Amino acid sequence: MIKIIVARLLQLIPVLLILLTVTFFLSKEAPGGPFSQERQASPEVIQKLNAYYGLDKPLWEQYAGYLQKVIRLDFGPSYSYPTESVNEVILRAFPISLQIGALALGIALVIGITAGTIAAVNKNTVLDYLPMSLAMAGICFPTFVMGPILALVFGLRLNLAPVSGWYGLEYTPLPPMVLPAVTLGLFYSAYVARLTRGGMLDVLNQDFIRTAKAKGVPGHQIIFKHAMRGGLLPVVSFLGPALAGLITGSFVVEKVFNVPGLGQEFIKSVFNRDYPLIFGTVVFYGALIVFFNLVSDVVQLALDPRTRR
Amino acid sequence: MKPITRWAIRVGIVGVFLSACSVSFAMPRTLEEANRHKILLITEGSEPQTLDPQISQGQIEHHIITALMVGLVENDEYDQAKQGPGLADHWDHNEDYSAWTFHIRDTAKWSNGDAVTAQDFVDSYKRMLTASLGAVYADALFIMKGALDYYEGKLADFSEVGVHAENPQTLKIELVGPTPYFLTAILHPAWYPVHIPTILKFGRIDERDTKWTLPGNYVGTGPFILKTWRQNDVIEVVRNPLYWDAATVKLNGINFYSIENSDTAERAFEAGQLHKTLDVPLDRIPYYRREHPERIRIDPYLADYFYRLNTQRKPLDNPKVRLALNLAVNREEIVTNISRAKQPPETGIVPPGMDGYEPLDVIHYDPERARQLLAEAGYPNGKGFPKFNILINTHEAHRVIAEAIQQMWKQELNIDVGIENQEWKVYLQSQNSMNYDMIRGGWIGDFMDPLTFLTIWTTGNGNNDTHWSNPTYDQLIDQAAHTGDLRKRFDILHDAERLFLNEPAVVCIYWYTRVYLLDPSVKNWYPLAIDDHNYKYIDLESDSTSVSK
Repeated sequence: MIKIIVARLLQLIPVLLILLTVTFFLSKEAPGGPFSQERQASPEVIQKLNAYYGLDKPLWEQYAGYLQKVIRLDFGPSYSYPTESVNEVILRAFPISLQIGALALGIALVIGITAGTIAAVNKNTVLDYLPMSLAMAGICFPTFVMGPILALVFGLRLNLAPVSGWYGLEYTPLPPMVLPAVTLGLFYSAYVARLTRGGMLDVLNQDFIRTAKAKGVPGHQIIFKHAMRGGLLPVVSFLGPALAGLITGSFVVEKVFNVPGLGQEFIKSVFNRDYPLIFGTVVFYGALIVFFNLVSDVVQLALDPRTRR
Repeated sequence: MKPITRWAIRVGIVGVFLSACSVSFAMPRTLEEANRHKILLITEGSEPQTLDPQISQGQIEHHIITALMVGLVENDEYDQAKQGPGLADHWDHNEDYSAWTFHIRDTAKWSNGDAVTAQDFVDSYKRMLTASLGAVYADALFIMKGALDYYEGKLADFSEVGVHAENPQTLKIELVGPTPYFLTAILHPAWYPVHIPTILKFGRIDERDTKWTLPGNYVGTGPFILKTWRQNDVIEVVRNPLYWDAATVKLNGINFYSIENSDTAERAFEAGQLHKTLDVPLDRIPYYRREHPERIRIDPYLADYFYRLNTQRKPLDNPKVRLALNLAVNREEIVTNISRAKQPPETGIVPPGMDGYEPLDVIHYDPERARQLLAEAGYPNGKGFPKFNILINTHEAHRVIAEAIQQMWKQELNIDVGIENQEWKVYLQSQNSMNYDMIRGGWIGDFMDPLTFLTIWTTGNGNNDTHWSNPTYDQLIDQAAHTGDLRKRFDILHDAERLFLNEPAVVCIYWYTRVYLLDPSVKNWYPLAIDDHNYKYIDLESDSTSVSK
């Protein structure tokens, strides 16, 4: 297994290099520059600014210079936040997205696995149709609809949590992370529920479950000890990329609740043509996706002996 | 599940819900706490890029910087055309307004305790005019003698630029020509002094991204000092005891939240997290005007909304076509049914509100004359009229207005116009490179003088972006810049504006208004034409009927 992990970690290097190269040239290709504004700066000022940030050099030279910096894990200064480097932006915004993502993941797993398992065990009864219809509704309800609804009910009507912002709002019973996390968690829980149900049904029909039942193993033990191990495999493989998406922040949810997380930085950097921040967030996001895919593979290996062969 | 268990669960859920409700109603609301502590909670929209007044370039930044910095004069409480004393307690000028002397008050102090001197202004203007700093508003200072030459490197010695410290308390400024509006021009942050020793402590004089603008480092002259700056969330400023007029300051602090999404800002306002929003979502304006007129404010604003025309492309190169397009737009209908925020229809290029300058009433809805002009231009009943596109940046409000105008032109002139939308930076690129037929545009006045709206249409101006050029117009603007007589000056500017409107390089739509939500607990927030409020006058009343109650 160690061999597999090392090999996968080594794959990370070419993947990130390709990612960075493609992003670099694509974003430079996009029309508009970081310093264009509605009230235009004079061409001389733009020229001065380009020279200041080295944007007047030939593209290949910018690329080479940039790669050298990236190897030293230095992504350079951000144009939209002149007082911060890209590393500082990521270090500031990532913990916020991480907190929301972790809570959302917990919510998604608890609700999703519970609902999926109940549905699978009570196949074709009300207890199957009800949670699965809700899950379908959850998938159809995008976060930009669910977010404002939760904000209206729990923020405006009940005053339980702030509807916007992250710091300094100590006058509500719940911290600002709750509503964004619930919005995000509910959306993912719908997927988890459907995947759990499918996986569990698959396993529950297998011979070893029938054997266990015949030997008189109690129902809860069959589900928790025997069925879940195999039944959750689809969820685990889904969680790899989903986890990276969850903890690096959701642009929509962060926008709806005005959370200063990494998801906003990622999208806004593109709109602002803040090249260093684009590259920094893309590489960071890419590395996390590769890493979590690896983790999900390792967990799958541990759960399913067949994949080890 | 046994019935008793089911009941237990139901009762539990209801219990938790009810207790949650009771807890929430017992909690103090953010706004009430803020009123009690006299902390103003407002949003300026997006996150400011910098708090360095010499590098900043947007309204968002300026509105925060004015809490931290002041200049020689300050904004009046009620009237943007007037100025109150600032770091200078009095001033005088020569007969034709081309040489000014400012007397800096003894009590003027930087927030670190240093005295503000005339030399601070000289050093600050030198930094602003250092080309390698890349200050976007450096051109604001070009009205000073020798400033442009120094900026362009033609003048090496800064002492030859028209700004001198005669003694620590006396600042002399010589201008290129008569500038009767000089006091309103220097209200702009480009004219504020910066604390040079602090800037040098954190980097070179022309270094842009140093940490001098962060809390703990920032040294200012304004009524407030920077306490915290949490990027993309909140900037907190608190009272500056060393501010020269600290006794007038009523607030203990201001929290500037960066909330980009106007729906989110509206929810935050409704939840009692904000005293004031930047704007109101378009579809919510009628609701507030109907149900809560006490919370919505619609103020006149010194800004234009128009479409720029590429005067080098057919058929827009023909002045008759351009005028015909203007006359076929029913502005009244747009402001009543679409934008719905009492915007005055744009009948000229300089908005109302300029002290002593009557707005022109030239562009009207006159479909009959529009058709006639179009026929004269060779397109009777729109026959043979080439199809062109209106380019807008992606935004719902711009789209609906463009659709309405598209419909009006089809109906009145029988011409077909397309609508194309582009993402913000792509749109700016299209505008800068003149890669458009017709493009949505706007212009916000920098100071209270018609010149702020008229100079951009001169030949070669970086913000002209229409290729429109008229030597007589350029001459008139230049003449006005050299006329000290106020009445005569405005007459010349009227002539220039009329000339522009006879062969317009824009389609006039409306003069902006500012629409925002304001909690009734905020006092002394008067409508101001450039929306530059002097925060020292703003107050909060804790016992008023605020939204949160």
